[in-house]
Amino acid sequence: MFLRRLLSRIATTLVTLFGVAVIVFAVIRIVPGDPVAMMLPPGATEADIARLQAFYGLDKSIPEQFFIWLGGVVQGDFGTSITTRQPVLGLVLSRLPATLELSVMALVIAVALGGLVALTGTRLRYTRTEGALDVANGMALSVPDFLWGLVLILLFGVLWPVFTISGRVSPNLAPEFATSFFLFESVVRLRFDLWLDLVQHMLMPALALAIPLAAIIGQLLKQSLKETMHLDYVTLARTKGYSENHVILREALRNAVLPTLTLIGVQFTFLIGGTVIIERLFSYEGLGNMAIDAVINRDLPLIQGIVLLFALLFTMVNLAVDLLYAVLNPRLRHA
Amino acid sequence: MTFSRRSLLKMTAASVTLSVAMPSFAQAIDELVIAYNVNLPSWDPTVGPSAVNPTIQGIYQSVFDQFILQEPDLSPAPGLLTDWGWNEDRTQVWMDVREGVKWHDGSDFTAEDVAWSLARAADPATGNPIQFVWGTLANHRVEGNRVIADVQQFDPTIFKWMYFLTGYVLPKAYYERVGADGFEAAPIGTGPYMVEQYERNAFVRLRANPDYWNGVPEFESVTIRFVTDAASRVAEVESGRSHVTLEIPYEEYDRLRERSGLAGVAAPVSDIAMIFFNDIDVMLDENVRRAAVYAVDKQLIIDRLLSGYGVAISTLETPEYAAYDPSIEVPYDPDLARELLAESGYSSDNPVRFTIQTTRGFKPKDYEMIQAIVGMWRRVGIEAEIEVYEVARHYELRAADQLAPAAFYNWGNSVGDPTTSTGFAMFGPSPHSVWDSPDLIEKIAPLWAEPDEETRIQGWKDVSRYIAEHAYVLPLLQYVQPILHASGVNVVPHASGALLPHLMTRA
Repeated sequence: MFLRRLLSRIATTLVTLFGVAVIVFAVIRIVPGDPVAMMLPPGATEADIARLQAFYGLDKSIPEQFFIWLGGVVQGDFGTSITTRQPVLGLVLSRLPATLELSVMALVIAVALGGLVALTGTRLRYTRTEGALDVANGMALSVPDFLWGLVLILLFGVLWPVFTISGRVSPNLAPEFATSFFLFESVVRLRFDLWLDLVQHMLMPALALAIPLAAIIGQLLKQSLKETMHLDYVTLARTKGYSENHVILREALRNAVLPTLTLIGVQFTFLIGGTVIIERLFSYEGLGNMAIDAVINRDLPLIQGIVLLFALLFTMVNLAVDLLYAVLNPRLRHA
Repeated sequence: MTFSRRSLLKMTAASVTLSVAMPSFAQAIDELVIAYNVNLPSWDPTVGPSAVNPTIQGIYQSVFDQFILQEPDLSPAPGLLTDWGWNEDRTQVWMDVREGVKWHDGSDFTAEDVAWSLARAADPATGNPIQFVWGTLANHRVEGNRVIADVQQFDPTIFKWMYFLTGYVLPKAYYERVGADGFEAAPIGTGPYMVEQYERNAFVRLRANPDYWNGVPEFESVTIRFVTDAASRVAEVESGRSHVTLEIPYEEYDRLRERSGLAGVAAPVSDIAMIFFNDIDVMLDENVRRAAVYAVDKQLIIDRLLSGYGVAISTLETPEYAAYDPSIEVPYDPDLARELLAESGYSSDNPVRFTIQTTRGFKPKDYEMIQAIVGMWRRVGIEAEIEVYEVARHYELRAADQLAPAAFYNWGNSVGDPTTSTGFAMFGPSPHSVWDSPDLIEKIAPLWAEPDEETRIQGWKDVSRYIAEHAYVLPLLQYVQPILHASGVNVVPHASGALLPHLMTRA
């Protein structure tokens, strides 16, 4: 049953990716903006335009271009970036770890903050503290992540400059990393000076991404916990004389966390999408920052590669959440 | 400089909060840090979109030398080529190559490098976007310290292209040894700085070239951070993390340059704002075109919208350009505009109607400028409808000659030659021109190959006057580039708009 479910999801994922590939390929060729027209200075003739279009393979029909591209993708060749003249796959894979590290750090912060708010709110429910937490939660939710980013820059970048405003690592510290997972590698190499520098760069963008998500997690988890606190088995636990902390953490939380887990999975994909703006704001050298440059320069192969990878990421995260949910939820596990 | 509603919101929030901040800028600067407004996608300055991106040229010129040096006022000066010219019948060009110059790897720079760079630029297989210019020379050869090439098609501006887009000298032996990928990974030039470290989308660290032929730069170490968001660039300089930045809103520039420890320099650059008229519909009526020109108070736009940072222009030539003629003036005269419209039967009650296209946020206050102009037009009897499009769409429509009767655009011309401003913008057969009337084509055509420089420049001045008289285009203003910097640095602005660290010194 589980295996069938897994295979079915993988098949759905492949169909989704194909659909995304078709849509992206068609859309970026329909919207205005010919990379060759943007590249050519005044004075170029029709023949010059045609020459450059042929040089970049844009002289063929759109279906022909699509099947050439798709044939390459199947063999692991995503084409060559027009702006950087580097293979798209290499470019995208070199930036993906930065975005993943940022997203995971944001998620960890969001879960920690949101969890803390939910547990505190539940423990102190019907008090003024709960009201204050609700107000703070509402504020965190109503301000978009890029504005949080700006507020953080002003607070911790300019007024009290403890964190770095832009980049991923200080230029004078940047060593030759073997992988693009800088944070992970700095720990493995026991280079804690580097690790600290990386965290200093990453904390503000991660926090900007995390704050709205933390608010959502806090709200849902608290609601879920409060509902669970009225269930019979929780009342029984109280009757047995367990402390309120024990009841919340050991009895109620396990059941209350399931809807939050699903939500985290869905929101994590949005969080990855949110990195596009946040990476730009903090000049963080991730996939999102690269995506904006690719769009500005109408770098068609790079846009296609990035979007396809984002789509793959989203579907993989959703698949992972589904599987995790199935493992944690006894009703699904024993179905 | 791109400003969306989102970035304006951010800038406003930044202004309010930053107004209480006052970090220290007093430390002496060891390593110069520049917050740059664009990323550097590729190191080859002769291929791909970055080769023709004017903003990136400052980074390229830090590492590579152009064939001919360009002074901050746009004038040419001896560089890697010490002398150049044509033979008498203009069938050949000759170029004398500077001796004693070293590549960053210590090898000797030679005339072979110049000949190879020119031949490579002319080769369509390399994908050089300016190949159509370099292709006018062929059969490049070296005779001692001189490079000679045959002229396939005479172009009086060929030497000007040698300090313009893609006009860079690359190392023949090194490039052939390491290939395109090797060069991308470890680029070398003869320029004032050597590439020490490069992280795509993040930063480039440069170290001063100790053998630079034109004097060793004052700052031995320079880090250029790619900070594409204007609000973050402001914060970088205000927090003291970066010492120099550019392309920030004029309001922010005015606020910050007054701060202790910060200073600014704002100088005109070679970019202009203009409105193309297309030879269709009501624009075929000269009274309408002239009225549209006379009705615009350019100085008011500069004062109110651009905080005074701009220079009103009457032709497509700015004061720094070779064919600038100060005697050509088209004044603001709304009464004359009304008279002209009345001659064609239009008035405020019966306005002439057309569409004007514009970008929004592509250049500072572009949309707001057009809104103001439409308001000025309305007062004299012109009712224009604004259509917003992306600049990419503008290029497509312009190439297909399908622009609206009026279309806002900004034109860059960092060599200051009339062919690369008035010429390409107004010569009908060019796919990038918009006004295509035969009278203008007839006037411009002979100038492309005019061998006598004085006659050529005077010819372009005459063309500019003719265009102004017939209102074939509406020139608006020359942009001013604000550069914000720590007071510990002296910044020399370059009229091309390139931000050049080797021209910076300690204050």
